Amino acid sequence: MSVLQLKNVSIRYITGDFKEIGLKEYVVRRLKHDYHVTEFWANRHITFSLEKGDMLGIIGSNGSGKSTLLKAISGIMRPTEGTVYHEGTIAPLLELASGFDGDLTVKENAYLRGAMLGYTRKFMDDMYDSIIDFAELKEFEHRPFKQLSSGMKSRLAFSIASLVHPDILILDEVLSVGDGAFRKKSEAKMREIIKGGATTILVSHSLSQIRELCNKILWLHKGKQIAFGDNVQEICDQYQAFLNGKITL
Amino acid sequence: MLQKLKQNQFLFEELVKRDFKKKYKRTILGMAWSMLSPLLMLLVMKLVFTQFFGRNMDHYTTYLFCGTLIFSYFSEATSQGMASLMNNGAIFSKINVPKYLFLLSKNVQTLINFGLTLIIFFIFCMLDGISFTWKFILLLFPIACLVLFNLGVGMILSAWFVFFRDIQYLWGIFTQLLMYMSAIFYTIEQYSYTVQCAFLLNPVYLFIRYFRKIVIESTIPTIWFHLLMLADVGIVLLIGCWMYKKYNHRFLYYL
Repeated sequence: MSVLQLKNVSIRYITGDFKEIGLKEYVVRRLKHDYHVTEFWANRHITFSLEKGDMLGIIGSNGSGKSTLLKAISGIMRPTEGTVYHEGTIAPLLELASGFDGDLTVKENAYLRGAMLGYTRKFMDDMYDSIIDFAELKEFEHRPFKQLSSGMKSRLAFSIASLVHPDILILDEVLSVGDGAFRKKSEAKMREIIKGGATTILVSHSLSQIRELCNKILWLHKGKQIAFGDNVQEICDQYQAFLNGKITL
Repeated sequence: MLQKLKQNQFLFEELVKRDFKKKYKRTILGMAWSMLSPLLMLLVMKLVFTQFFGRNMDHYTTYLFCGTLIFSYFSEATSQGMASLMNNGAIFSKINVPKYLFLLSKNVQTLINFGLTLIIFFIFCMLDGISFTWKFILLLFPIACLVLFNLGVGMILSAWFVFFRDIQYLWGIFTQLLMYMSAIFYTIEQYSYTVQCAFLLNPVYLFIRYFRKIVIESTIPTIWFHLLMLADVGIVLLIGCWMYKKYNHRFLYYL
């Protein structure tokens, strides 16, 4: 029984000059039949499924639709076509440092973020101390959030988001959070969650990391699914060859 | 389902707290200031318009206050609600949260503000020699309607605002026009019967009129008046929910 199943998932973005022009100009252009938008498929016909305990690596050059696919899996976006089916809880560790409120204190932000991630108040009360310790922000607890450095913000974001023991864990290159010392700590935390039996999806530009950790691999290129399978080394070799310009798609 | 509700309740509380803290900047004066601005508005109107409209009318201050009270709540709640999706876009593109809660918390915040102004309104009523009757309880009806009405308008505007940034300015102009058409500082008796009926098409005027009927005239509006209000609220809420459902995900796909 698959834990995660994507069937023919496609996601379409729409680009055009609608955001700048405003309603008045929109109406005028509509009347003049001069209103244009272009469609842009970030994902096209992605189909794969994962079993419990799988570790999937997603590779592909910039703009190949990796992040968009993760958003579809975590429910932030709904696929334009196709279906995403999953079992259990999903913890997406995307780039999370944005979306905090600069005027609130570190503690207030931690609670707000916890609430957004679907934790309960009791859970936050219990875990707050370990969050702040893990992020090493004890002395900044009651400072306004805007006074923190961007590294500190990422640390807090990571500490809150990595608390859970999800059934499906999504990692978007967050393994590189904070300074050297914190990076080690966060990697250890990651491995702990993965060892707990979570099905994990990892987006990384580091092929050696993928070769080492993953048992399944998905290669995306310009939104299309080039390869998916458990022959990780083979696909990594192909991808390497593609990066070196030896093969073209 | 029950657990989901509980989770959302936590988020909702935290959001209300956030909006409250941001609005009043953790100061008592901040709270007082937000009540002061409708009072200043009232004062200016009173000074300017008593000469023209207040001469042969009893309780003109209360008449004015009914208007400004309702209208400032309406305009604040809708303009704040409009930005609720847009301002939190950074969160929506990273975390899967129920977006309506952000609009709801903004509405709660403006409702608190309205409540504070309402207390001052009752104090003014006392000073103006209004006798309080049991009928004042009926004021809960227009207030409840107004809360839902503002919510519906907020849903419509917040969905639009994501796509069209100039909605902000257009809505500002619209509310100003609406204010002049809501009989806040004048009476509508001078107009012909047809024009007077036309005023009933303005939902905000209905709320104001309900307040005046109860507070100043101490009469209960007709059942048709109630139904008309309910119809307005129902229509706006329906359109709002439909638009929210249709567009609340969609803005993520527009670059």
